[in-house]
Amino acid sequence: MQLALFWFLAALAILSALGVIAQRNPIHCLLSLVVTLLTIGVLFIVEGAVVVGFLQIIVYAGAIMVLFLFVIWLLNLPVEIGPTGHLALKFFGSVGAAALAAEILVFVLPPHLQVRLSAPPPGYGSIDSLAQKLFSEYLVAFEVTSVLLLAAVVGAVALARRMPGSGAEVRAAGAQAAPGADQV
Amino acid sequence: MTTDLVIGAVEAIAMILLGLSLCVLVLWFDRKGSALIQDRVGANRASITGIGARLGLPNFGLINTLIADPLKLFTKEDFVPDGADKFLHTLAPFLALFPVMITFVVIPFGDTMTIGGHTFQLQAANLNVGVLYVLATIGIGVYGIALAGWASNNRWSLLGAIRASAQMISYEIAMGLAIIAVVIAYGTLDLQEICRAQGGVWFGWLPRWGIFVQPVGFLLLLTAGLAESKRVPFDLPETESELIQGYFTEYSGGKQAVFMLTDLAEHTMIVMLLVTFFFGGWQVPWLYRDGLHLPGAHAIALNHLVVSVVGILAFLVKVVLLSLFLGTLRWTLPRFRYDQLMRLGWKGLVPLGLANVLATAFVVVVSGGAQ
Repeated sequence: MQLALFWFLAALAILSALGVIAQRNPIHCLLSLVVTLLTIGVLFIVEGAVVVGFLQIIVYAGAIMVLFLFVIWLLNLPVEIGPTGHLALKFFGSVGAAALAAEILVFVLPPHLQVRLSAPPPGYGSIDSLAQKLFSEYLVAFEVTSVLLLAAVVGAVALARRMPGSGAEVRAAGAQAAPGADQV
Repeated sequence: MTTDLVIGAVEAIAMILLGLSLCVLVLWFDRKGSALIQDRVGANRASITGIGARLGLPNFGLINTLIADPLKLFTKEDFVPDGADKFLHTLAPFLALFPVMITFVVIPFGDTMTIGGHTFQLQAANLNVGVLYVLATIGIGVYGIALAGWASNNRWSLLGAIRASAQMISYEIAMGLAIIAVVIAYGTLDLQEICRAQGGVWFGWLPRWGIFVQPVGFLLLLTAGLAESKRVPFDLPETESELIQGYFTEYSGGKQAVFMLTDLAEHTMIVMLLVTFFFGGWQVPWLYRDGLHLPGAHAIALNHLVVSVVGILAFLVKVVLLSLFLGTLRWTLPRFRYDQLMRLGWKGLVPLGLANVLATAFVVVVSGGAQ
């Protein structure tokens, strides 16, 4: 049951990941990426890492992908036109890429491919064990990461801040004088 | 194992149907309750061959809400506009509704119940990270709305979708902060455990409900939840005077009904979350597993089955009452302006939520552990 679920989710993740690079419309690519990230989240949950799975869904599928959607809308990305070139060139290029991928797989994979599903130790993947690890063993890394994120937030605010006396400031003042003028 | 799975599935379906039924209640309140608030008569025309009127029964607008409205919506022509992305245009309503529907299954509607030697969990999906599940489904809910606006190939739709996604992301943060404070206070991510922790009393009479532990958290979640459900006063994404109907301008018939249902279902879901976090879920004041312990009075012993059923009924009553309260808010407050909405979210609720989290964490650490 669990094995069947794993294969199904794995196949879905790979298919949707292929969809990300194969489709022309950026919004369709983004949706495929959402499906991939969701599937990986569910894979985590099926394997017992429930907290990591849900965090994956909340952070990546829920938050970051919505930001991507905004970026695509704001940049107004056009539908991509396929690569130009001779058909034979495309064909041999694909064959070469596939051969390279197969070569890497042969090196990376262990001699006999097998999926092992051993029962995880008790408490594995629970929020208690995760918090224990995070706030004891990896405390320094955790805190340093949070400082890094804080620096990023401060940087973003500094970049987005309107300088006094610039044109943007005047526009904002004008918008405030006429209520409703600055609505989206 | 199989029995538990079947029971879980039955409970999940029951919970989703309950959520949908409550949507109808909210819709009826929007018809008839709004009339009461605004001193109008309200819907009173639709009837089935005038049977009710002939019997001398007052017309409460029920035929209108239950039969006429759905019939009208589902028999209208279902069109896809020119130049729209047909696949996404069709998919979007269901992408919006699905995450809300699956949220209902983690809400506990009672403690365990033992019938004939078998113990039932009165919660369809007993997740020990139920809070994370709720946050995940709320986060996924943005896509249906964003894609509906984009796929319609209409400027008003797109503007509505941008407004809706910006609003939902902004208020998700305030919502998450409110929920984090509750989680710190109770020390668990399990919704059932949060409900159980709200049993018992302080000073011999005051029920230990979350609203007394986290009053600020309640106001935060109430406000952010209202904004999340995109209904008045936070219905900026679908303001009819500026954007026709916002992100679902280009929808008609059944799909439009699905979008309206999504708003109502989000309303119901927020109400259920509020009841779970702040009003003790299925807890009845002074009622314990062995009977009623009124303050300053003798205990009245009650059957276990009676206590369980009373718990389920208490959950229902709380949800209905709070739902009507939110409906009243909806018909009382005027709509915000968009800049006011953003200011309230980012400069009001988020700092307040952060302060609430800090204060809660401080109290929990000083008093030595979650209560």
